[in-house]
Amino acid sequence: MSITWYLCVSAIVFCTGVGGVLTRRNPLVVLLSLELMLNAANLALVAFARAHGNQEGQIFALIVMVVAACEVAVGLGLIVALYRRRLPIDVDELRELQG
Amino acid sequence: MGLETFGWLILLCPLAGCVVISLGAKLWPEGAPGWIGTAAIAASFASSIGALFALEDLGEEERQVVTVAWDYASTAGVDAQLSLLLDPLSIFMALTVSGVSTLIHLYSVSYMRSDRGYTRFFAYLNFFVFSMLLLVLAGNFLLLIVGWAFVGAASYLLISYWYRRTTATRAGIKAFVINVIGDIGLVLGTYFIFKGSGSLDFLTTFDSVEESFSRNDGDLVAGCIGLLVGAFAKSAQVPLHTWLPDAMEGPTPVSALIHAATMVTAGVYLIARMHPLFEQAPTAADVGAIVGCATLVIAATIALVVTDLKRVIAYSTMSQIGYMIMAVSSFAYTAGLFHLMTHAFFKALLFMAAGSVIAAMAGNQNLDEMGGFRRAMPFTFGCMVIGGLALSGVPPFSGFFSKDEILAYVAARDDWHVALAGLGFVGSLLTAIYTFRMIFRAFLGDPVEPARDLEQGHLYHAPEHTNPATGEVEDTDVGFPGADHHIAEQEGSMKVAMGCLAVLAIVGGFLQIPGVTEVLHHFLEPTFADSAYYEELHPSDGLTALGLFTGTVLALGGIALAYHLWVRTPDAPGSLRAKLAPVHSFFFNKWYFDEIINTLIVRPFAWFGRFGRNTFERIVISGLFVGGTTGAVRAGSAAVRAAQSGYLRYYAALLLLGVTVLGAYFLLAGS
Repeated sequence: MSITWYLCVSAIVFCTGVGGVLTRRNPLVVLLSLELMLNAANLALVAFARAHGNQEGQIFALIVMVVAACEVAVGLGLIVALYRRRLPIDVDELRELQG
Repeated sequence: MGLETFGWLILLCPLAGCVVISLGAKLWPEGAPGWIGTAAIAASFASSIGALFALEDLGEEERQVVTVAWDYASTAGVDAQLSLLLDPLSIFMALTVSGVSTLIHLYSVSYMRSDRGYTRFFAYLNFFVFSMLLLVLAGNFLLLIVGWAFVGAASYLLISYWYRRTTATRAGIKAFVINVIGDIGLVLGTYFIFKGSGSLDFLTTFDSVEESFSRNDGDLVAGCIGLLVGAFAKSAQVPLHTWLPDAMEGPTPVSALIHAATMVTAGVYLIARMHPLFEQAPTAADVGAIVGCATLVIAATIALVVTDLKRVIAYSTMSQIGYMIMAVSSFAYTAGLFHLMTHAFFKALLFMAAGSVIAAMAGNQNLDEMGGFRRAMPFTFGCMVIGGLALSGVPPFSGFFSKDEILAYVAARDDWHVALAGLGFVGSLLTAIYTFRMIFRAFLGDPVEPARDLEQGHLYHAPEHTNPATGEVEDTDVGFPGADHHIAEQEGSMKVAMGCLAVLAIVGGFLQIPGVTEVLHHFLEPTFADSAYYEELHPSDGLTALGLFTGTVLALGGIALAYHLWVRTPDAPGSLRAKLAPVHSFFFNKWYFDEIINTLIVRPFAWFGRFGRNTFERIVISGLFVGGTTGAVRAGSAAVRAAQSGYLRYYAALLLLGVTVLGAYFLLAGS
């Protein structure tokens, strides 16, 4: 099977993730969409590694998974903290950092 | 101990005195600072005598010793050293300064005793003596400038010593500002000379002056004029003289020490020290001679009419320094320096006697309210008369020899200098008149109330303490004069100091009797060995005799005239004043120098300052620079702030856009 199909799937998943990040206001969904983007990148890495016949891309994908797990831990922690302080669970409402 | 050790000791004693007095200000028992200060200056005087003997042991040609403590900077072309030049001229000045200062310290021990700032006074006074000695012993231009500025600062501190008196602080500021103008002149002059000679060291500069500069070279004349500006400001010569009469706001010992005997003669010393430069730039020397002559006449006419006792002596000081400046600028060095020395003796004596009278008047300095102190204060009267006779130039008092020597030497120049000498004779007539006007008005006539009190044995005290100039009521705490007054008749140390000076004022002239004892001339010879005029310029015996005779006649005539006017016919001065009203008011207003300087310099500068503050500052600085900068920053930050919306999705979209643009760029550039 040509690598093109893998890359197409990866691109579709990535764009879905981007769309989710840009349009959804629930931080939980934003986090999910981020995961989608990361996994799309993982897919592309693994596909390239396979096509070129070396293992480095696979190792890279594993590392990205570890990082993604950490990120999710932090992100979910933040969301739980927001929930506990009864703050709105809406990224548009959380804009104290405006200039 | 060698000459160099003595040289450094001369400087270190007063410095140590100043430091010790100031550091122990809280510890010293009452009266101790005065004695410490006096002892420090006496030690300095003893070192000067030691240096004198050490110098005399050297051969004629070796009597110019430079001693270097360390180099400040020895980069290419700059030789800045802490060096002293010990030669007959500097030792002569050190002897005069430290000798007179010792006596004045001794006088102050009693005179200032009831003042609350006693410790501070002696710390300042020792600092002044240190600065003055640094000035006269300095071996290069750099150290000279340092000493010069220190002396100005010490003068400021001492004039505004009674710092809660507004008149005193204003006088201090005026003196300081005018002295700084002189400092600028000195620094600029040094720059012009350094430009040509390439050395800051005195001896190196002097030795190479003929190679460095052609005769009347533009740079050299500019440099010498710069030095003259410094000398005029320090020595109170026209038109930079207006600070000296105001400086009489300081305590009387300060007037005696700084504004009569030592500091104001710094200009004379400077010209004498720089004689190789002035001889190479005769144009500048001529300027000095003419200004000196103008000052001596102008100051003498003002002294005729002022009614403040101390200001009469102050104007007399200006006038006498005019003589000295005229002498050294006409290359009659011995005469000028001789008069410097005798003047230090008799003028310090006159000020001390005046201080005694002022104390008896409880601080009042107005001649119009004095009279009849002769019986109440016989000792002060005697000292005043001795000082007055010396000042007027009556034989055989010291001023007779020194002043007439100046006039004979200036006349011996045989060109237009003769006219200057002629004006000098007019000045000596005026000197005799104003001196004895002051003495007759203060001591003869009917005794005033303070004099009558004193005759009955108790010192007059004013009902309340007031500023004699403005009548403002004062207390006697620190910053104002103390509660008690001290007169020579009741104070041993004042008597000793005045007695010593009186003796010196009588016998000081015998050092240098024309054709008989020329001690000073021979002593100073090594310093002036390179001068073209020192040996050649010599009045003929006939001229000397004529000068001495004319001087005597004028002095005695002046005294007789003063006696006639103010003692025998007491109504005469009033009617004379009425007849000569315009002249009197012209002199009484000090030739309107203050007003002219106010109009020409102070007002335009004040206007410029106000313009700067109200217009330039407000529109250009605040409006354009400060306002413009803040405006630009504010507008820029507003634009940046608008981008910080706080919407997470907005940031994400921007990030995505940026990455997309970057990716597109590399894709397109790569293909």
